[in-house]
Amino acid sequence: MIPDDEFKIKSYFHHKDFHKPHHSHTNFSQAGVSTQKSGTREIKVIRRVLDVNEKMAEQNRKLFADKGVFVLNVMSSPGSGKTTTLQKTLARIMSEIKSAVIVGDICTTHDADRLADTGAPVVQINTDEFGGDCHLVAHVIEKAAVTLALDDIQFLVIENVGNLVCPAEFDIGEDSRVVVLSVTEGEDKPVKYPLMFRECEAALLNKIDLLPYLDFDKQKAIDYIHQVHPDMPVFEISAKTGEGFDPWIEWLKNKIRQKV
Amino acid sequence: MHEMGIALQIVEIAVASLPADLGDARVAAVNLKIGKLAAVVPESLRFCFDAAIKDTRLAGAKLVIEEVPIVARCKDCQAQWAIHEPVFICQTCESGSLEILSGRELDIESIEVVDEENNDSG
Repeated sequence: MIPDDEFKIKSYFHHKDFHKPHHSHTNFSQAGVSTQKSGTREIKVIRRVLDVNEKMAEQNRKLFADKGVFVLNVMSSPGSGKTTTLQKTLARIMSEIKSAVIVGDICTTHDADRLADTGAPVVQINTDEFGGDCHLVAHVIEKAAVTLALDDIQFLVIENVGNLVCPAEFDIGEDSRVVVLSVTEGEDKPVKYPLMFRECEAALLNKIDLLPYLDFDKQKAIDYIHQVHPDMPVFEISAKTGEGFDPWIEWLKNKIRQKV
Repeated sequence: MHEMGIALQIVEIAVASLPADLGDARVAAVNLKIGKLAAVVPESLRFCFDAAIKDTRLAGAKLVIEEVPIVARCKDCQAQWAIHEPVFICQTCESGSLEILSGRELDIESIEVVDEENNDSG
């Protein structure tokens, strides 16, 4: 058991602190080839817009590899049950696998408070106190990760900001990504947000205890998931009752064992 | 939803890419490629770009967006096709093992600068 006082860290990371230029751009003029084009000169750039984030994500990945930490990025729309799913997941694996959590929200530390009850060290990131970034980015993860005793951690789970669009676009240096879809959402979420379902390795279909009370067509949802991401493992769970957790926990433990 | 952050990043890269000897030459356009699978809405990005370039070297520049189709290749039968619907299954052999060749782009291609000297020295 990890002593709570030592590890329950809640820190606020404000948007403005992270958008100061923290890198110096290398000299791009050498890549610039000027060409003539009817009254204008074209300067070639050819650069990925998010390459600063991608480089930082690679650094994070290297840090996590050096420390032997398996990192899982958990994404979903708001209210799908990510936090409850993680509470139940941590409760099942904490005795065998030393775990920690980074949780991203636009504001409040409510999720961090709930996750800290599991005994795992928790770092809360608030992307902006007054409604800021809709996703976590690599350098924010780096700032949060270094506050954790990574040498003593085997599994770091990152609960991303609730959003099915933006987080899919931002690599944070994780080993694997999973998406939570709850049966109180539409069956067609996978085809509406294909990038998210393409980018994730597994899907958790949550709140299945509510199926008897809903018109949700479970098979249709699973078919849509497989239309966007054929062969994607789909775990049908209820984070409330604990139903269906065994195959998910087994899958997760296997992933952790493969790295750690 | 994150278009403003992306617009600011575009401005930062574009400004850093301007040659030092440019003088007061006006930037006419920034040419961008966005893949259809990228989580970016071109209209929102244009709106944010117009706000982000105020009081920068890019003031008055146009954001020219080329949308790149999603092209996949089947790893089993090598068929190659453009994906228009969210169906990532090979149309030829129904395999789900695909390689995405394009569609994830979010790249600055080039910047166009008004050549005010009216000569062709470039």
